[in-house]
Amino acid sequence: MVDAQHIPAVAPDAKVAVRDLTVRYGNHVALKDVSLEIREHEIFGIIGPANSGKTSFLRALNRMDTFTTGMSVEGTVEFSGHDIRTIKNLYALRKRIGVVFPLPVGLPLSIYDNVALSPRLRGVRKRADLDVIVERCLRRAALWDEVKDRLKSLGSLLSGGQQQRLTIARALSQEPDLLLLDEFSIAVDPVTTMRIEDVLKELKKEVTIVLVTNLVQQARRLADRTAFFLMSECVEIAETEAFFDGRVKDPRSVDYVEGRFG
Amino acid sequence: MFAATELNNGNRRTQTLIKVLLLTMTLLLIVPVLIILTMLIVKGGPVLSFEFLFSDPKDEMTAGGIFPALMGTVWLVSVALLASVPLGVAAAIYLSEYAGDNWFTRTINLAIINLAGVPSIVHALFGVGAFVLFFKFGTSILAASLTLAVMTLPVVIVATRESLQAVPQAFREACWNMGATRWQTIRRVVLPNSISGILTGVILEVSRTAGETAPIMFTGAVIFMPFLPEGVGDQTMAMSLHLYAMATQVPLPEHATNLPYGVALVLIGMVLAMNAVSIGFRVWLRGKKKW
Repeated sequence: MVDAQHIPAVAPDAKVAVRDLTVRYGNHVALKDVSLEIREHEIFGIIGPANSGKTSFLRALNRMDTFTTGMSVEGTVEFSGHDIRTIKNLYALRKRIGVVFPLPVGLPLSIYDNVALSPRLRGVRKRADLDVIVERCLRRAALWDEVKDRLKSLGSLLSGGQQQRLTIARALSQEPDLLLLDEFSIAVDPVTTMRIEDVLKELKKEVTIVLVTNLVQQARRLADRTAFFLMSECVEIAETEAFFDGRVKDPRSVDYVEGRFG
Repeated sequence: MFAATELNNGNRRTQTLIKVLLLTMTLLLIVPVLIILTMLIVKGGPVLSFEFLFSDPKDEMTAGGIFPALMGTVWLVSVALLASVPLGVAAAIYLSEYAGDNWFTRTINLAIINLAGVPSIVHALFGVGAFVLFFKFGTSILAASLTLAVMTLPVVIVATRESLQAVPQAFREACWNMGATRWQTIRRVVLPNSISGILTGVILEVSRTAGETAPIMFTGAVIFMPFLPEGVGDQTMAMSLHLYAMATQVPLPEHATNLPYGVALVLIGMVLAMNAVSIGFRVWLRGKKKW
C-alpha cells in the first residue's frame, strides 16, 4: 500500500517524471533515490562533480540498461505519462530521445548519411525528403554553412566542434521530444560552445532539453531549472538563478556553485 | 664526475652482448625461409612454363604438367569457402554483437580455441567419419572441402570477431541511442567498417586451405586422375597431395627430379600471392581508416 501523500502529484506539464530512481552497476550505487520532474519545453540543467551520477541519470532515461551488462535500475520514470519500464518497444522510446555524448561521435559515414541515418531507420526513403531533413537539421545545428559543399565527405573527419554539432544535427534528425546533452562542450572550443548554446536556446521552443554540465556558468546561461547531484544523490532542485543568489537550502549547493569544492 | 667506473663498463659490455645475442637469434629465424625460397626458385624455377601449368601429368607423373591438381585446389578452396565463410562470419557476429558474457559464450569460445588446436590428421579422420561415411558424401570434393572448412572455421571466426571488435563501442551506442536495433546497427555501421578486416581473414583462410594435405587425402583428393572434376561429387587431384605423392611415392627418373620443386614453387607462390593480397588489403584499409 503506497501512501498517496508522499508521492508528489505529477505536474500536468511534466515531460519526464522521475521517482525514487536508483541506478546500480553491479554492487556499485551510481544514483540513489532521485525524484524530480522535467517540464515540457524547459532546459533542465544537472550540475555536479565527476562521479555524482549525472550520466547514469541520462542512461536510465532512455533505458540503456538493456544494453549494459550489470546496470540495474529501480524506481519509476514516466516519459510523457508512460512508465518507461512498461514500454515494450524501446526502439520507439529511444527514437523520441536524442542523446549527445561528451566526446562527439561522428559515425564513420558521410556527413549526409550521419544525419540521414535516423530518418532512414524510420522508413524515409525518398531522396528529396531526406535532402530536406538533412539540410534542416544541419542548419538548426549551425553546421550547414560549413559543410554544405562537402556533404559526401566523412563525418568522422570533421573537427571536434563540427563533429559535436553534427552529433546534435543527428539527434535532431530523430525529431525527438527530449534532448539529452551530456557535457557536450568538453571537446569543443569556446566560440563553438557559444554557437551551440544559442542553438539550444532556440531549440527549447520545440524540444525539452536535459543539460548535464560540469560548467556551473553554462547551467546559469542556459538552464531554467537546475538540479545539483553530489555523491549519487540529488541534493537540490531549484530555479537556476536561486543557486547564485543564495536562495538554495542546502549549504553544499552554494559551496559547489561558488567553487569551494568539486 | 662523468668518468666511467668499472661498474658502468661492465653494464655496457653486458648490454652489447645481449643485443648481439638477440640479433643473432632473429637472423637465425629468417635463415630457413631464405633457404627454402632459394632452393625452390633455383631448382623449381626452370621447370615452370605455360605448359607445366596448363597440361596434364604424363608418364606416371614423371613429365607433363599440373593442371588437374591446380584446378582441384581451386575447387577444394572454393567449396570450403562457401561452407566456412557464411558459417564463421555468422557465428562471429553472434559472439561479438549479441552474446553476453556468460558460461555459454565462454564454452563456445573454448570450443573454438580447441578446434584451432586439433591436429589436421585428426580433422581428416573426423571428415572420413562424418562426411564420407555418415553423410554418405563418399570420397569427394564435397567431403574434402567440408573437412577443410571445419578445420579453418576458427580462423574465420577469430578474424571476423577481431575486426568487429575493432569498431569502437561508441559508434554502436550512438546508433542504439537513436533507436536502431542491434541488426540495423550492425548492418549500417559495424559491418561496413569491418568488412575489409573480415575479407583479410578470409584470404588468410584461403592460403591455409590451399596448402593442407592431411585433411583431404582420405576424404576426396586422389593422387592421379586423368580428367578434371565436373562437380562436388567427384574426386579430384590437389596441389598439396600432388607434391606429397611426387616427393614420396614416385621413384623419379633423372630428368624429373626437379618436378616436385616446381610444384612446391607454384603452391607456395599461390599462398604468398594470397598473403600479399591480404597485406595489400590491410594497407589500403589503414589508408582509408574512417576514425
